[in-house]
Amino acid sequence: MTTPVLSLRGLSTRFGSNWVHKGVDLDIPPGEVVSLVGGSGSGKTTLLRQMVGLLTPTEGEVRVFDEPLFAGSREAQRQRRRRFAMCFQGGALFSAFTVYENIAFPLREAGIATEAEIRELVALKLTMVELLPSHAALMPAELSGGMIKRVALARALALEPELLLLDEPTAGLDPTRSASFVALIRDLQQQLGLTVVLVTHDLDTLAALSSKVAVLAERRILAFDSLEAVMQVDHPFIQEFFLSERSARALARAQGA
Amino acid sequence: MADAIRTPELHLSEGCLSPAGDWTLLALGSHANRLRQELAAAKANRWDLSALTRLDSFGALLLWRAWGGRLPADMVLPDGYATQFERLAAMDEAPVPHPPRVGVVDVVAGLGGALLGLFAHLGDFLALIGRLALDCLHLLGRPRNWPLKEFSANLYKVGVKAMPVSALVGFLIGVVLSYLSALQLKAFGADIFIVNILGLGIIRELGPVLVSVLVAGRSGSAMTAQLGVMRVTEEVDALTVMGISNYIRLVLPKVMALSVAMPLLVLWTSAVALVGGMMSAELQLGLSYGYFIETLPKVVPAANLFIALGKGAVFGVLIALVACHFGLRVKPNTESLSANTTASVVTSITLVILVDAVFAIATRSIGVPL
Ligand SMILES: Nc1ncnc2c1ncn2[C@@H]1O[C@H](COP(=O)(O)OP(=O)(O)O)[C@@H](O)[C@H]1O
Ligand SMILES: [Mg+2]
Repeated sequence: MTTPVLSLRGLSTRFGSNWVHKGVDLDIPPGEVVSLVGGSGSGKTTLLRQMVGLLTPTEGEVRVFDEPLFAGSREAQRQRRRRFAMCFQGGALFSAFTVYENIAFPLREAGIATEAEIRELVALKLTMVELLPSHAALMPAELSGGMIKRVALARALALEPELLLLDEPTAGLDPTRSASFVALIRDLQQQLGLTVVLVTHDLDTLAALSSKVAVLAERRILAFDSLEAVMQVDHPFIQEFFLSERSARALARAQGA
Repeated sequence: MADAIRTPELHLSEGCLSPAGDWTLLALGSHANRLRQELAAAKANRWDLSALTRLDSFGALLLWRAWGGRLPADMVLPDGYATQFERLAAMDEAPVPHPPRVGVVDVVAGLGGALLGLFAHLGDFLALIGRLALDCLHLLGRPRNWPLKEFSANLYKVGVKAMPVSALVGFLIGVVLSYLSALQLKAFGADIFIVNILGLGIIRELGPVLVSVLVAGRSGSAMTAQLGVMRVTEEVDALTVMGISNYIRLVLPKVMALSVAMPLLVLWTSAVALVGGMMSAELQLGLSYGYFIETLPKVVPAANLFIALGKGAVFGVLIALVACHFGLRVKPNTESLSANTTASVVTSITLVILVDAVFAIATRSIGVPL
């Protein structure tokens, strides 16, 4: 059996007296695209933040690439961090930098590519997320919501991560852009064996992209399996989420495509 | 998953170049320079990419540049990698434009811009005062709409919470001033004039200016930062859309609070400073507390107190207005937030000292015993 890229062990989270997660177990094998679904406020963002170490779980452990997140020397931790990237729900672009500088920043910090190469890599990342070269000079405050999402994705892709965590990447994108986002992630996934965890409410994206679906409800992972198998699970939330008329239409669309 | 990183290499056999291993940003790390040189030196024109275990866009870019921006005619290209090079080709069609170079004209334009910016500041500042005045007029007949809750919250924040620090600073300044003056006065046998020096100096001049500097640094910066973040997070816009005047809700309570809190803080700080001075005088010169307290009202006319309170109120209004002016100018980025906060503190302290000089000239014949 392959070792999971990311695994959560008995993870519990408490804010004040409010338990958001209780005993979350999740093993994400390499090369999978896992969609994390759950009601609004069920703690999906919180779970992602714990996966990247921004938040320490109240109980339990997070392991990435088969090591505890905070194991090893500073340098070892830095190396580990370079292997995964996160795309935040609100973009989290550096507001004092232009789009170009935002994407170039992690590359410059890595200190491998030359300035001329960085220019081309930034241009490449911009075309990958379907932004125009002329957008490079804009400040984050001058972007639309969907553009912010795409710049954030470009920045997350800058260091060629092996594990990509995306918090609602297609929220605010028009349907065409969502479709090309799906194509892009698929492509990267095939070429680089990228592992992706994405939080999404967008059933089209979910159906088209995910190889597995994890359902977060009742403070734990209710189901973690392929979409078809998850849809068979008899639970009110899952039935509501996937089998409502709206969902059925979206899923049928994805099947037809 | 192929967890271990395989070192990227460039093999040459029978006129065929074949990159092998992981050509990824992570793997290329320390090999990038060596491979760049090998690629530049490579002469063969047959390529075989089938030995690659992984190729990301950085690796692809290195190869693409070595090929001069097109696929070599004679090559083995595994299916999965084709899209990488298609993307690179697409990227070449649409390069990121270089930022324009800064020339002499731009420097001159920058200077002009800075000067015009100064006028813009003045204009905006006047507009702020005007808007505030209009909104106050509007409020005159509507006592229910006065932002009294915000006023009281601000009063607590800028007044009550500033009391410990202003007392500490005032006390120490009083002690130091008294100690240094006492050394000099003793030499002339003019011990008793310590009361005149401390009384006049602290009440009329030092108290108001000291408190202004403290408040500008403490509350002025906080006000600018708060308004600035509200601009960044579009809270100010949300208020506008609700039809609530930013000036009434955000600016007016701050101005009101500081115009009330500042005179009180001046009074408080001056009093503590005088106590410090008095204690130091007693230790240094043996001047009794009773004598000090008895003499103070005789040598410092009451007019000085009113001048101090007046200054306090004016400085308070100035600091609040400057803080709000810069806070509302913040653009939605962190750089602008920090620049405006700095500008707010520097401007309000400078303005306070300028206005203090005007006060000194305007009141030169009032309350100074000759
Ligand atoms: N920093 C925090 N402090 C207290 N409660 C929080 C914090 N962050 C999130 N929560 C709570 O945790 C729950 C999950 O939040 P979140 O992970 O953002 O949900 P979502 O699944 O919509 O992304 C919510 O009930 C939220 O109120
Ligand atoms: Mg969320």
